[in-house]
Amino acid sequence: MSKAILYDATLCINCKQCEGACAEQNHLPYDDAVAAEDHQSEHKFTVVLNKEEKYMRRLCMNCGEPACASVCPVAALRKTPEGPVIYEASRCMGCRYCMVACPFGVPKYEWNKLAPRVQKCTMCADRVQAGRPTACAEICPTGATKFGERDELIVEAQQRLRQNPGQYVNHIYGLNEVGGTSILLLSSVPFEQFGYRTDLTRDPLPVFTYRVLSRIPDFIPLGGMVLGGVWWITHRREEVAAAEGPPKEEVFYPSGHDGRTK
Amino acid sequence: MKIKPTFWKLVFLFLMAAGAYATYVRFAKGLGPSTNLSDQFPWGIWIGFDVLCGVMLAAGGFTLTAAVHILNIKRLEPIVRPTILTAFLGYVLVSVALVFDLGKPYNIWHPLIMRNPHSVMFEVAYCVMLYTTVLSLEFSPIVLERFKLHTPLKIVKAVLIPLVIGGVILSTLHQSSLGTMYLIMPEKLHPFWYSPLLPVFFFLSAIAVGLAMTIFESSMSAKHFGRQLELPIIKELGRVLLVVLGVIAILRFEDLLHRGVLHLMLKPGYEMYLFWLEISLSLIIPLILLTQKKIRASAGGLYATSVLVVLGFITNRLNVSITGLESSAGMHYVPKWTELAITAAIIAAGFALFGLAAKYLPIFPAEEHSAAAEPAPAPGAGVLVHAGD
Repeated sequence: MSKAILYDATLCINCKQCEGACAEQNHLPYDDAVAAEDHQSEHKFTVVLNKEEKYMRRLCMNCGEPACASVCPVAALRKTPEGPVIYEASRCMGCRYCMVACPFGVPKYEWNKLAPRVQKCTMCADRVQAGRPTACAEICPTGATKFGERDELIVEAQQRLRQNPGQYVNHIYGLNEVGGTSILLLSSVPFEQFGYRTDLTRDPLPVFTYRVLSRIPDFIPLGGMVLGGVWWITHRREEVAAAEGPPKEEVFYPSGHDGRTK
Repeated sequence: MKIKPTFWKLVFLFLMAAGAYATYVRFAKGLGPSTNLSDQFPWGIWIGFDVLCGVMLAAGGFTLTAAVHILNIKRLEPIVRPTILTAFLGYVLVSVALVFDLGKPYNIWHPLIMRNPHSVMFEVAYCVMLYTTVLSLEFSPIVLERFKLHTPLKIVKAVLIPLVIGGVILSTLHQSSLGTMYLIMPEKLHPFWYSPLLPVFFFLSAIAVGLAMTIFESSMSAKHFGRQLELPIIKELGRVLLVVLGVIAILRFEDLLHRGVLHLMLKPGYEMYLFWLEISLSLIIPLILLTQKKIRASAGGLYATSVLVVLGFITNRLNVSITGLESSAGMHYVPKWTELAITAAIIAAGFALFGLAAKYLPIFPAEEHSAAAEPAPAPGAGVLVHAGD
């Protein structure tokens, strides 16, 4: 079944151990300077934000039906059945459509390299494949970041909301956003304060393009038939006109619809 | 022949030199140092102008071939060749621009073997590849005629109609798909430009621009190659353009109305000004002009209108790809000099190649070449005719 991460901001103590573990897992440098950076980048896949002692993590949402994977012309980005959205740098040609399409602005680019890669959290795909939790969830000392089955985590999140209604904003972020994501968030302050858009559609974004794209196979034979038919009719008129010689009754068709105008 | 260092020749040389240096910066230092692109704004003018506008400006190719070969409107025949030449050059230059924009351009062939049929860009890549092939075949008779290669010429002429039909279908698909690409970002693109009808608008505007470009080119080549202007043909195109613009205007208004965003048209702001600039240039002024019989009948009036339409829909594509995405990105994107230099060099190369082809290949009907007329020293292709001397 599909795995997920539940992050409960009310349990978070801003120790940033998830950031460090993430950097180590992804072979990225991590020091005090990186820890102080307050946004995701090509060398920082997750970040704990701090707003007046309220905390919130940001990381790739690993969408159920990811826009990035749907737009990638070479299928470098892919949703795995276990949940992670993974990236294969060797396929990528660097069109950056994934970055433009992502509703969360997650994929980052190695702008200063000559063979740049798209960089993002891939939900520790190889660990998850091996049945282990993500690095961030494993290291979390308070259980704020919890790894598990998505269905079970949803039930748990709903329980927490029911049991402590005053403590939370009544919203599981990621349950329905863009069709549902593999990251679920709980917070005591509105999600917008940390840059999470709450006006996102509940439809998976790939539906918007696929609605149009899926018509193409039908369009090709139809278009060919119509165009071929028009060609046949317009040229047939000409052949007929040529065979019949100069039509004497032309005067009765002043609009020239016999195809012989001038 | 003498090589005279005219003003436009110097401009051309300057643009090519700047472009060459910018090319060095791009490939020696990478995308970061050579562009103002960033994680917030990953697509700039190389996509917004070079690709989106480039493909649109080349749309005369399929519009004209469809009119002449499929609808059998024979009187348009004399201008088919220059239009196919423009289209062919357009697609070649779009591919060149893509090589600059792609982070790993040496992987540009990957869609051939790594398929994702759910990706609009995958579909666009295939259509553009196939259509460039179709265009080179449609263009090949011009070259084959020049070198008197009769057998291949016969073969190409025999398959011309299926080629034209294929070309029209491929064009319909990828012209509209460039709009479909933006359907994936309903929350990011400003409501002036995000519409479920984006593919329809991109397709219709390609037709309008295809017609406008054909008028523009005919006027330019009449001026600079000392040829007679095919005024009756241009007038006919002007009438069709009027109808197409009318359809786009009505659809655009209905779309804004039904999406309930008409009130934004009066809400002052960055987007509103650029929206009105686009609408005025592409629809309002050309529609007013073209409904005047006097303008429709005059070479100058039609030329001016076609320039407006081209500029208007360039504004439209830049609005979709840049203006409309700025507020969700939370920043303004201004291209770096390197981005502008490469775009300018690509445009200049296009003019030069057109001039060369017009000079050495039978692009224009032979009987209309009059040796007496001297090319006027006006902007554009004029000087570049001599670029290869």
